[in-house]
Amino acid sequence: MDARKGNWVRIRKIVLNPGERSENLPEDTRKVPLMMWDKGFLLNENAAIGDTVRIETIIGRKIEGVLVQVDPGYDVSYGQSVNETLYIGRQLREMLGDDNG
Amino acid sequence: MTMDKASGYKEVMARKNQIMKKAVGLDYDAFESGGIAFDYERMMSETGYTLDEIIHIQREHAVGNTPIIELRNFTKIVRRLSLKGKGARIFIKDEAANPSGSFKARRAAISVYHAKKLGFKGVIAATSGNYGAAVASQAAMYGLKCIIVQECYDSQEKGQPEIIEKARKCEAYGAEVIQLTVGPELFYEFLKLLEETGYFNASLYTPFGIAGVESLGYEISRQFMEMEGRNPDVVVCTNAGGGNLTGTARGLLKAGAYDTRIVGASVNLRGLHMASDGQFNRKSFTTGHTGFGIPFATFPDRSDVPRSAGRPLRYMDRYVTVNQGEVFYITEALAQIEGLERGPAGNTSLAAAFSIAQEMDEDQTILVQETEYTGAGKHIRPQLGFAKSMGVEVLAGDPRNEICGVNIILPAEPGLIKAVDLDMDNLRKKYIRNAILGYDRDLSETDLKFLADDTKTTMGFVREVIGELGREQ
Repeated sequence: MDARKGNWVRIRKIVLNPGERSENLPEDTRKVPLMMWDKGFLLNENAAIGDTVRIETIIGRKIEGVLVQVDPGYDVSYGQSVNETLYIGRQLREMLGDDNG
Repeated sequence: MTMDKASGYKEVMARKNQIMKKAVGLDYDAFESGGIAFDYERMMSETGYTLDEIIHIQREHAVGNTPIIELRNFTKIVRRLSLKGKGARIFIKDEAANPSGSFKARRAAISVYHAKKLGFKGVIAATSGNYGAAVASQAAMYGLKCIIVQECYDSQEKGQPEIIEKARKCEAYGAEVIQLTVGPELFYEFLKLLEETGYFNASLYTPFGIAGVESLGYEISRQFMEMEGRNPDVVVCTNAGGGNLTGTARGLLKAGAYDTRIVGASVNLRGLHMASDGQFNRKSFTTGHTGFGIPFATFPDRSDVPRSAGRPLRYMDRYVTVNQGEVFYITEALAQIEGLERGPAGNTSLAAAFSIAQEMDEDQTILVQETEYTGAGKHIRPQLGFAKSMGVEVLAGDPRNEICGVNIILPAEPGLIKAVDLDMDNLRKKYIRNAILGYDRDLSETDLKFLADDTKTTMGFVREVIGELGREQ
């Protein structure tokens, strides 16, 4: 079992299947389902990734979905070096010259 | 709870108006004329708050009163690039100093106050941007529950680092964040949540939301008077849904700044379809762009309320676009020569101001009315890094050659940054065409007057456009 009751987890759910979606969509979007993700405390006693589970969200709503992650974190960062921008500061400081500040 | 009601797409969408009426606590029908026109000013005054009340509510919740900073090094660069005697002084209002890191705190402050006053237990907002963080932050202050609904991922669960950071920020304030894949049916999920929870719709487009921004325009005038003894000659507003520009312009007018010209600026995303799964992650701006700016300017009532309080053409004197590479360059410049590290999207209007200042006289002033926070994910590096990982080329060159979704061209020299004018009369014509679409009765004098006001033109202009569209008035 991957998760136990009370664990902080992330679930996924299909909101609309391709056939149920708005008629007014670009071709590529129409072919795929509308999906959603949410997080909450697991209400089932035990669950494995891929199981359909119930959770209680942080504000107390109870919803159902497929368990995709236990202890979901954040991986946003300042990223890798983007060397393409390095000339900008040097160029502008040179233009300002002795007049800088 | 309304679990007994049909929850299919069409059934829920058909209940849109009744769900909204309950969730905004406002009867929009009261302002309708029965024709094309509605009473905009009465809607703003009867359902909104007075400016004094707004300022008071905001001050009590740490919103507003942000500093205006003169960008002296920007002005020096501008003057190096300008003809003799040209090059206006550039100022910026540091709205990143608001509690949630952007001017959106002003809108959220009034919406959430109003929700609390009406006795709602929670608030919901549909937004991938700064507004979500602002609503979540204000809801935390008032002890209201908060749900933010984001359009976040493509079908491969790949998401812009900026949007994912915004989800983190909302969760940091105790909100539940619902993340969706690309598609306008976000609105369907939003309606279902409103029905299920009975929470307040903290829409960006209600009179409360827009009135919240009026304090920004008002502060600009008051602070500028104190600093410079006059109003700024030009104020540039980043334009997406239109509320930022509308509220700021209304606030400036309430302060008596009648001669200040209002310029809207959007990032040019020409060629990218906003609802396309494949193109969703080929853009590097999630707001402040033409994909929202133009449709909302020419059809404001497309929003999530029956009548939008954000009506940018009513106030806009000029509308320009800048390219993604230009905004990234200016963002880097702001950090490198002004020592201000601020988020990229909010610098759209700064990139435009950098160009427009070169057309203006040396003794004139131009003010950019917002900055936004920056942080992990929501920053020039992860955003450009993400674009590169999606196969978008990043290079230095002439930004005019930028092709949205294919490359991002950082200007090789600052002189290449150019705000490109959109044809205002063309936008006004599109607005009028959209407003009368499917309306088969004759337009009344009230309708014509409304259309003239809503496009900042004359009844003569409106008659002419309607004639061109093949309708006699």
